[in-house]
Amino acid sequence: MSTELITMSAAQLAEKLAAREISSVEATQAHLNRIADVDGDIHAFLHVSEAALSTAASVDAARGGGAQLGPLAGVPVAIKDVLCTFDMPSTSGSKILEGYIPPYDATVVRKLREANLVPLGKTNMDEFAMGSSTEHSAYGPTKNPWDLERIPGGSGGGSAAAVSAFEAPLALGSDTGGSIRQPAAVTGSVGMKPTYGGVSRYGAIALASSLDQVGPVARSVLDAALLHDVIGGYDPHDATSLTDTWPSFAEAARAGRNGESLKGLRVGVVAELNGEGFQAGVRQRFDEAVALLAKAGAEIVEVAAPSFEYAISAYYLILPAEASSNLAKFDSVRFGLRVTPEGGGTVEEVMAATREAGFGPEVKRRIILGTYALSAGYYDAYYGSAQKVRTLIQRDFSAAFEKADVLVSPAAPTTAFRFGEKLDDPLAMYLNDITTIPANLAGVPGMGLPIGLAPEDGLPVGIQLMAPAREDARLYTVGAGLETLLEEQWGGSLLAQAPALGVER
Amino acid sequence: MSEITPELVEHLANLARIGLTPEEVQSLTGELGAIVDSVAKVSEVATPDVPATSHPIPLVNVFRPDVPGETVTTEQALAMAPEHDGSRFKVSAILGEEQ
Repeated sequence: MSTELITMSAAQLAEKLAAREISSVEATQAHLNRIADVDGDIHAFLHVSEAALSTAASVDAARGGGAQLGPLAGVPVAIKDVLCTFDMPSTSGSKILEGYIPPYDATVVRKLREANLVPLGKTNMDEFAMGSSTEHSAYGPTKNPWDLERIPGGSGGGSAAAVSAFEAPLALGSDTGGSIRQPAAVTGSVGMKPTYGGVSRYGAIALASSLDQVGPVARSVLDAALLHDVIGGYDPHDATSLTDTWPSFAEAARAGRNGESLKGLRVGVVAELNGEGFQAGVRQRFDEAVALLAKAGAEIVEVAAPSFEYAISAYYLILPAEASSNLAKFDSVRFGLRVTPEGGGTVEEVMAATREAGFGPEVKRRIILGTYALSAGYYDAYYGSAQKVRTLIQRDFSAAFEKADVLVSPAAPTTAFRFGEKLDDPLAMYLNDITTIPANLAGVPGMGLPIGLAPEDGLPVGIQLMAPAREDARLYTVGAGLETLLEEQWGGSLLAQAPALGVER
Repeated sequence: MSEITPELVEHLANLARIGLTPEEVQSLTGELGAIVDSVAKVSEVATPDVPATSHPIPLVNVFRPDVPGETVTTEQALAMAPEHDGSRFKVSAILGEEQ
C-alpha cells in the first residue's frame, strides 16, 4: 500500500482521501518514509517539516467531522525554498539566509494551507534561483532520479526531483527563465509557468521582478492544473497580480483528455527553437510528438520568431540588473547573515564582508554584471537595449499567435548533463534556457511535459507548449491531450520507466 | 575586445558592496568580459524606433483601498535581525575614522 500511495497521481490520491479509503496521515507518512529512504541520495529537500503529520491529522479530523474540503485536501506538497513559510526556514538556497524563518507565509503557501494541503518541506534550488542545475545551491546539488550522476535541472531541481522520485505528489516552483520547465524536461515531470501576474509572487524571494512567476510542478498535466487552481488568482499584496477571473484549469485538463481539442488545433513549430546545437534524441522525440499531434488532427504550421535569437542576451542583462537591485536587501541589517571584518569596520565594510561570505560565485557574478549594466553611461546601451529586444520578442509572439493557437519547442536543448560539465563556463550554462526564456520576456504561459526518452542516453526529453497571455487553460487542454496520446503509446506514465531508488519498505 | 578590466570589477564590486579576493577579481574579469561581449548583441536590433518594454503585462494605477491591514509586529520584524536593541535594528559605525 505504501508504494501505491506514493506512485498514484495527486488526483487519484485526492479521490481516495475524499472517499475516506485512505487518510491524510497515511498518505503523508508514506511520503515521509519515501523521503527517509531516498532523499539521502537525491537531496531534493533542504528541510522536512516536523508538522506534516499533525497537519495531516487535523485534515483527517476535519473530514471526519463532515467538513466540506477542497479537491486537494490532505494531499502532501513540497515547497520550493524561494517561498516564504512562517514555520520552516526559507533560504532560497543561499548561505546568507541560512536558518532564516520569515514572519509570514507567501500568498501561495497561505493558499495551500487554506486548501488543506499538507506541506512536506522545502526543496533545494540554485542560490536565489540563479542556475540551471542546482549546482549553485549553497547546500549541495540535487541528483536526477533517472541518473544520480546527472543534474535535475534548475533552478527548481529540488521540486522536480521530489515529484519524479515520488517523494511528493506535487510541488511548487518558480520560473524566471525556465526554472520550472527545464527541470521538468530533464526529470520527466510536468511543470507550468503561468501567465505573468496569474499567480501571486508575494512572499517569493525576488530574483528578477519583471520575469519571476510561481507555478505548479507535478507528474501529470491534471495534477499541475489542480495545484494551479489552488494557488492562482488575484492578490492585492502583489502589485503585478492580474485581476482576471480564471477558469478551472482542472476542468480544462479533463476536457483535453479525449483528444477532441487537438482536432483542427493550429500548432506552431518555432523554427528558431529547434535548431542546431540541440541533441539529436531531443529533436527526434520532439519531431515524433509533433507528428503525433498532426495524426490526432492538429494542423502543424512553421512560425518564425527572428528576435528570439536575441532573447538570451536580453535576459542576461535584464535579470542581473533586476537581481542586483532585489538582492541589495541582503545587507546584514534586518535579517540573514552578518560578518564583521577582523577588528570591526563601518557598516559598509560589514555589508561587503557579509555579502562576500554569504553569496556564492554565480550570485556575485550576476550582481556585479547587473551593477555594470545599470551604470551611468552604459544603461542605454545595455539595459535600455535589452528592454527594446523585449518589445521585439513580444511582437514575434503576437505574429506567431496569429498563425497558431499554441507554439511548441523542445523544453530544453539537451537531456540531463553530468555534474560539473558546465559549471566552469557560465555562458554554456546560460544556453540551457534558450527555449524557455522568450516566454518569460513576453509574460506568456509555458508548460513543460515529458515526450519520451532520448534513444542515445535513455534520459527524459520534454516538450514546451506556449499560449498567448491569459490562455493558460489552453495549455492544460492541449497538454492533457498530448499526454493521453503518449501514455497510450507507452502503456503508462514515462516516470513508471524510471529506475528504482533506495530500499523498498 | 571587452572593456572589463580588473579595476572596473573592483569598482563595481565596491558599488555592489561585495568583497572580492584578488583571485575572484581575476576570474570575474575574464568571465564578465565574455558575458558582456556576448550580450552586447542586443544593440544590433535595439534601434531608436523600437519602444522599450519594462513589464510583460503592464498595469497602471495599482492601488488598494486605503484601510489599515495586518502588519508584522516590531518583535516579529526584529526576530531575525543579526543585532537589535528591542525596538530598533543595530548596525556598526556608519562613518569611518577618516570621515
